[in-house]
Amino acid sequence: MLNKIRKMTDTGLLLTITIVVFFLMYASAVIFLGSGFGKPQAFFNILNDNAALIVLSCGLTIVMIGGGIDISVGGVTALVCMCCAVYLEYHGGNVAVSILIALGIGLAYGLVQGFLVAMLDIQPFIVSLAGMFFARGMTTIVNTDPFNVTHSAFKALKETRIIIPFMGSLNRKGNYVDAYIEIGVVVALLCVLVLFCILRWTSLGRAFYAVGGNKQSALMLGINVRKVKYLSHIFCSVLAGIGGYVYFMHSGSGSPTHAEGAEMQAIAASIIGGTMLTGGVGNIIGTLFGVLSLSTIRNIVSSAGFDEAWWKNNTVAGMLCLFLVIQSIVVSRKKSAAK
Amino acid sequence: MKRFLLMLICMACLLTGCRGIGEKTSDPEEEKQLITVGFSQLGAESDWRKANTESMLQAFTEENGYELIMEDGQQKQVNQITAIRTFIQREVDYIVLAPVTEEGWETVLEEAKDAGIPVIIVDRQVKVKDKDLFTCWVGSDFALEGRKATEWLHAFTRAQGIDPAEINVVDIQGTLGSSAQIGRSAGILDASKKYGWKLLAQVSGEYTQARGREVMNYFLKVYDQINVVYCENDNEALGVIEAVEAAGRKVGSDIRNGEILVMSFDGVNETALQFAREDKISCIGECNPLHGPRVRKIIESLEKGETPEKYEYVDESIFSSLDQVQAVEVDGESYPVTLLK
Repeated sequence: MLNKIRKMTDTGLLLTITIVVFFLMYASAVIFLGSGFGKPQAFFNILNDNAALIVLSCGLTIVMIGGGIDISVGGVTALVCMCCAVYLEYHGGNVAVSILIALGIGLAYGLVQGFLVAMLDIQPFIVSLAGMFFARGMTTIVNTDPFNVTHSAFKALKETRIIIPFMGSLNRKGNYVDAYIEIGVVVALLCVLVLFCILRWTSLGRAFYAVGGNKQSALMLGINVRKVKYLSHIFCSVLAGIGGYVYFMHSGSGSPTHAEGAEMQAIAASIIGGTMLTGGVGNIIGTLFGVLSLSTIRNIVSSAGFDEAWWKNNTVAGMLCLFLVIQSIVVSRKKSAAK
Repeated sequence: MKRFLLMLICMACLLTGCRGIGEKTSDPEEEKQLITVGFSQLGAESDWRKANTESMLQAFTEENGYELIMEDGQQKQVNQITAIRTFIQREVDYIVLAPVTEEGWETVLEEAKDAGIPVIIVDRQVKVKDKDLFTCWVGSDFALEGRKATEWLHAFTRAQGIDPAEINVVDIQGTLGSSAQIGRSAGILDASKKYGWKLLAQVSGEYTQARGREVMNYFLKVYDQINVVYCENDNEALGVIEAVEAAGRKVGSDIRNGEILVMSFDGVNETALQFAREDKISCIGECNPLHGPRVRKIIESLEKGETPEKYEYVDESIFSSLDQVQAVEVDGESYPVTLLK
């Protein structure tokens, strides 16, 4: 067993740890906190509430594997929500165009930020910090007040539920409640699937790892480092656009305070999922489980009766520390093996 | 990869195994005696809100036969929707919701209705087409609060013999979209049109002291003719007083001698009440936060199978230390002013 663990790559080992931790956490929640967690809908609710975060985290994972960082995704989410909301509500637009707006904002962000990072060699943190402020500022310029969208076609889309057969349950009052997921969940899982395939089976995917792992060797291997970096930022921002729309479908409103701190949560989820800030290590499936772990632990904390908001934040902080320690152990394991 | 799959399957087996055990052990009879209430509070932005939360916590104690699960929404509707879903999932007996905004509650209230859980709305209101989505609402009549306060201003300035055209008001609004903000902002807007006051600006102070100070700082720089500040809660008023005093001006009811008259709402914060006694705040429209016992009464009547009133308004007064205005009149009804000493 130990030998097997030694043979695993960093990515593989961190992924395994994440998945094991998630299942242990969920299982103990079911055992100790009782019936609420035992129902399938409890799990689907976690997906419903975090679909947007999954998409945003996927984007961050890509950028982090490529050795960069992007903290503008929360701002982009808010901007997308506000633009789509204003377009649908005040200009009577149609839903398909609003989706294009979301993708367009994401793409524009990716093109600009990617250019600044890859071609002008500006620190990605600085670029995306500016991007974040710009997005938040633009959101309030588009509209200052939070409001809900009453556009009928959009509302129909927002309220569409995919009923999952045989997973519903009877509640204590004897009402049968169907288990369901929102459309956003399907979008998020599709993103995960597509990105997983890209990272695993395409040369572009491998190039992300190579550039993030060691820029010099990647250059010597004949990889166009600038192009790969550029693409990683485009991926991330377009995903932020998609995530923004998923968030919009979930909340059904535009607000300058939407997705506040989402970028930090996405980074946390990526790290818990086994992506390293130093680049070159990470996995999309891990990120998915990272998001799930993050929200499960929040759910556990509040179900266990610790209602204050700081409890949740502190547990998440603790969890993050734990995973950072695990990561450094994993890395040092490799070094000691090399000796 | 095979190893992962194997591990995943093992874990899934473990999970389903545990689920079985969990279901068997998690239905003890003795738990059912407590009535569980899920309370989604919108945040902790002001002293009013804190008093409101405290009142709920004290009304629903275990000694009284309740188990209260409270979730703080941190001013976000998304968080509150998540909280309500958690309550449904945990099968609470009643859901109490203090909504952050009025719109956008249909979906989640529908879910609660499908699960057969009655929802009681407190404080701010919800706008839904189907009124059956919630059982009842209890709270203050914010539009009336606004009208009472503006009537007080009208009566007071008339008693002082001040020309309405000389009154320059700024409105520091509450969190935009909340019922209290809508009602109170409408009050000052309508009254300025009716009596010919100059309403210079309406900007949100988000019900906090810090934002109230910031907004007032800005107002003082832009408009030097301000003589009345209409704050939509106590905390904003405290911030405003700080800003005014820092700018070297004085707060008080003596408008003619360059003082700035501060009006406020709630009457919960001790400092604000003290300021009202000192005439730093000239008038406070009361907004009663003690909804805990009221909600408990509603739940008790629901337990007996009775139907409570759909809308229950709370009686409220006006606080002031000035005796020029004894009572204000709105729609033919007279409301006495409580003198603070």
